[in-house]
Amino acid sequence: MVNRIVTGSHYGVRDWLMQRITAVVMALYLLVIAFFLLTHQPLHYADWHNFFACRTVRLATILFLLSLFLHTWVGVRDILMDYLKPVSIRLTAEVLTILALLAYAAWSIQILWGIK
Amino acid sequence: MTKQRPKHLNLFVIKLPLPGVVSILHRASGALLFLSIPVVLFLLETSLASEAGFATVKQALGGGLAKLVLLGLSWALLHHFFAGLRYLAMDMHYCINLQQTRRSSMAVLAASLSLTVLLGVWLW
Repeated sequence: MVNRIVTGSHYGVRDWLMQRITAVVMALYLLVIAFFLLTHQPLHYADWHNFFACRTVRLATILFLLSLFLHTWVGVRDILMDYLKPVSIRLTAEVLTILALLAYAAWSIQILWGIK
Repeated sequence: MTKQRPKHLNLFVIKLPLPGVVSILHRASGALLFLSIPVVLFLLETSLASEAGFATVKQALGGGLAKLVLLGLSWALLHHFFAGLRYLAMDMHYCINLQQTRRSSMAVLAASLSLTVLLGVWLW
């Protein structure tokens, strides 16, 4: 009999691949941000605001943040699977993690497209 | 024939090899970064909302304790970044024999710690 556990592994390569691809997206974005910060010292509000007011930067930032949330989901799920054994506790922690990450995603969009 | 190997789980005797240190720090730094997400989003929101908000964030991050937290999170990000690049390289079958994994672990620790120190010097 196949014993499938709701909070178990998905036995697949998709999450593994997603973690790698999102990592590359984030690494590239972080290099751009690091370059911006290094070339705008001391940082002033006008430079900071104008940078994020640019649509390309906003789109790149939201792609970075969504990559971060997907990447975080895989990583946090790995940690929860290693340390939380009872299914009820693990499922609760996983659901709370997903809800938090979805809320962060909505908040991120509001922050970036709320810029005046 | 059973081999006579030294076998003990005394934490004062056994030692995590260097790649193991990088691995557990990758996990710890990732967990730390996950917990910092709402704080970072809040700081981003406040700093972009208005000139006054930007000044508030700048002032808040200038305090001694805030600088220490900032430095800790920067280390977490730098370690996670370099250790992550190492894993990506290993996924593509670079650096996979024992000596290479030890050397690349050392390189990850050296890069993240030296940049953290540099950042600390710049912050203070």
